Amino acid sequence: MWNYKDFIGIKNLTKEDIKHILDLSFEMKQQMINDKAREIKQTRGNMTTLFFENSTRTKHSFYMAGQNIGLRVTDLAIGTSSVQKGESLMDTLQTIDSMGTDIIVMRHSESGSQEFAARNCKASIISAGDGTNEHPTQALLDAMTILDKKGSFEGLKVTIAGDILHSRVAKSNLYLLNKMGAKVTFTGPTTLVPKAITQMGAKVCYDLKESVKDADVVMGLRIQMERQNSGAFPDLREYNKTYGIDGAIFDYAKKDAILMHPAPVNWGVELDRSLFTAPYSVISEQVTNGVAVRMAVLYMIMEYRNNRK
Amino acid sequence: MRILIRNGRVIDPATNRDGKYDLLIEDNKIIEVSEKIDTDADKIINADNLWVMPGLIDMHVHLREPGFEHKETIETGSKSAARGGFTSICPMPNTNPPIDNEFMVEYIKVKAEREAIVNILPVGAITKGQLGEEMSNIGNMAAAGIVALSEDGKSVMNANLYKKAMIYSKNYNLPILAHCEEKSLAGKGVINAGSKALELGLSGISNDVEDIITIRDIILAESTGARLHLCHLSTEGAVRFLKEAKQRGVLVTAEVCPHHFALTVDDITGYDTNYKMNPPLRNRNDVDAILEALKSDIIDVIATDHAPHHEYEKNTTMDEAPFGIVGLETAVALTITELVDKGIITPMQMATKMSFNPAKILGINKGTLSEGSIADVVIIDPNFVGTVEPEKFASKSKNTPFKGRSIKGRVNYTFVSGIVVYDVANE
Repeated sequence: MWNYKDFIGIKNLTKEDIKHILDLSFEMKQQMINDKAREIKQTRGNMTTLFFENSTRTKHSFYMAGQNIGLRVTDLAIGTSSVQKGESLMDTLQTIDSMGTDIIVMRHSESGSQEFAARNCKASIISAGDGTNEHPTQALLDAMTILDKKGSFEGLKVTIAGDILHSRVAKSNLYLLNKMGAKVTFTGPTTLVPKAITQMGAKVCYDLKESVKDADVVMGLRIQMERQNSGAFPDLREYNKTYGIDGAIFDYAKKDAILMHPAPVNWGVELDRSLFTAPYSVISEQVTNGVAVRMAVLYMIMEYRNNRK
Repeated sequence: MRILIRNGRVIDPATNRDGKYDLLIEDNKIIEVSEKIDTDADKIINADNLWVMPGLIDMHVHLREPGFEHKETIETGSKSAARGGFTSICPMPNTNPPIDNEFMVEYIKVKAEREAIVNILPVGAITKGQLGEEMSNIGNMAAAGIVALSEDGKSVMNANLYKKAMIYSKNYNLPILAHCEEKSLAGKGVINAGSKALELGLSGISNDVEDIITIRDIILAESTGARLHLCHLSTEGAVRFLKEAKQRGVLVTAEVCPHHFALTVDDITGYDTNYKMNPPLRNRNDVDAILEALKSDIIDVIATDHAPHHEYEKNTTMDEAPFGIVGLETAVALTITELVDKGIITPMQMATKMSFNPAKILGINKGTLSEGSIADVVIIDPNFVGTVEPEKFASKSKNTPFKGRSIKGRVNYTFVSGIVVYDVANE
C-alpha cells in the first residue's frame, strides 16, 4: 500500500514498496501489450510535466503513461517559459502548483530539487531525475526488465559500466538492487568511479573484463559528452578502447546474461555498434517497460490523492 | 555614571586574573578591579556565579552593508553582536560595492558611528573590486582606519599580485586575513567531498582545496615576512601546516568557527541549505585535529564568519543557495558547550581566543579588563541551559543549522565603552 504524497527516490523505499510498484507495473504492461486499451485501469486528475533538462524517452514515456491511465496531461515548455527570464525554481513551482495540478513530473539538473519541490508544493512531485542524485523510474523499469528476464533478483550479479560519479541512474539502481538482494559492481575510469561508493554497498572494479565476468546483467551508461570537458578521461577513443562493451567483452558474462542501457546510447563509445541487434540486448524492452512503470507510479500516486480527499 | 559589577569571576588574559573580583566602571573606563570595592554606584550588578570577560572581538563577520541590506545592516549586525557578547566586530569587504578604497571605509565608519551599538572595525579588500587583478588602495584605507586586509570569500589566485600586496601591507602593519581556497579544485562544490556528497549527488569540496592555498600562503608569509592570519580553518592538513609553520617562527595565526568544531559532514540532514557553508563541514578526523589545536593553542582565535542570508535565498536547492550561516548569537554558547564544558579549553583560553588574541592580531588596544582601559565588558552565565532559538536573534537573518540544539551558556550583559548595549533582562 502506497502511503507517500510524492515519488522522488528509491533510497527511502522499502522492499515491499518496490514489490508493490513492480506488481502493478506488470499488470499495466499486460493490459498495454495485449492491446486491451479499454481495460487499462483508469483514474482522474491532471499532471504537468516540467522538464528543465532535455529528454526524449523519459518525458514522452511519462506523457504516454499519464494519458494511458486517463490523466489530463500538459507540459510547461521550459524553453519558452519565464524560466528564460530568470524566474526561480520556487516561482515556477508555485505558479504551476497554484493552477491546481495533481501531479508535477519534474526533471531538473540540481540534486535535491525534487525534495525541494516536494516540500514546497501541494501537488505530488514525481521525479524524472534530479542532478546526480536519483532517477527512480529508470531504476524501476530496469528492475522490471531484470525481473522479467531473470525471475528473481536474489544473488544476481549486475555490472554497471561508465560515468558512475555523475549518474543518477547508477545510484537509483544501486539502491533498488541492494534492497532486492542483487549485487552491483561498478566499473569505469578511476576519475568517474569513486572508491567511496563502496560505502553505499557497491563493489568497485576498474578492470572491465573482471567486472563483466559471470555477470547476469551488464549495463552500459551513457558517456555524457559534456563530461569530457571536465577532463575525466583523455578522449572518447580511449574510453571506448578501455571501457567500451563489445561482443568479446560480453562473452565474459554468463551465457544467459542480458545487455541493458538507459539510452540514448552513444554507439561506438560505451557500446559497440555491432550490439545494436544483439539477441541479448533488452534495450527496447526497457523503453516499453518504462511506460508501464510510469503508469503504475502515476496511478498509485493518484489513488493516494483520491483516497485522502 | 558608575557601574559596579560585584562578585563575578573575572577572567582577564591581559592581567592574568582569574578569580572573584569586583569591577568598577566609571563613564567609559574600567577604573578599578579588586577583591572588594566598597563604593556607591548608579548601577550595581550582582555577578555571582557569572563570568566577567573583556568584551568579545569577532575578527570575521559579514554585515552586508552596503548592497545586501535585506540580509543584514551595520545596525542589525551590531545588535546581533551585542546580543552575542561581542563589543567589536570586523566586517569583511565583500559588500557591493566592496570595501576597496578609503571612501568606502569612511562610509562604513560614518554609518557605524550613527547606527552601530558596538565597535565596527572594517577590513579592506586586497584587490580592487575583489577581482584579483590590481592591488586596492591599501595605504589610503590604512589611513582611513582599516584593521586588516582580506579578499574574503576567495583567495587572490595570482600569487605574484598577492605577494606584492603582502610586502606592501607590511608598511602599514596590517595582518592579511586569508580565505584559503584553490578555485579550480573547489569547482562547483557545495559540501565536503566524500561519501555524503556522493550519496546526495552534490559536488564536493575536498580538503586539498584549502590545504594547497594554506601552504602557499604560509610559504609567502615566510618569504615576505607579512603577518598572515588563516580564516575559518577547517582541515586536519591546515592544522598540521599551521603548527609546523609556527614551530619555525613564521608570523602566522589562525581562527576557527564554532560550526567547524561543533559539527561534521555527517550532521548534514538531507538538502538543508543551512548546512551549506564555505569551507564546508568536514570529517571527524578534521574536527578532532581542530579540537586538539584549540586545546594546545595552535589555533589562536574563535571567530564566527557570521554570514546572514535571507530566508528566500536559503529556501532553494543546495546548488543555488548561498554559502554561510549566522554565528554571532550562538558563538558563546557553542564554545562553552562544545569546548569549555567538555574540558577542551579553559574559560581563560576562551577569553584569550575570543578577545585577547583578536585584539593582539589586529593591533588594537582592546581585549583587556585592566584598570584604565575602555570598558568593553561581557558578563556570561556559563550555567544557563537552553536551546538555540533563531526567532529571538537580533540579526535580520535566521540561517543557522543549530536551531533547537541544546546548549549551555548565554550572555547576560554586554557593555561597550561603559554603556549597556545588551541586557538579558530585556529579552
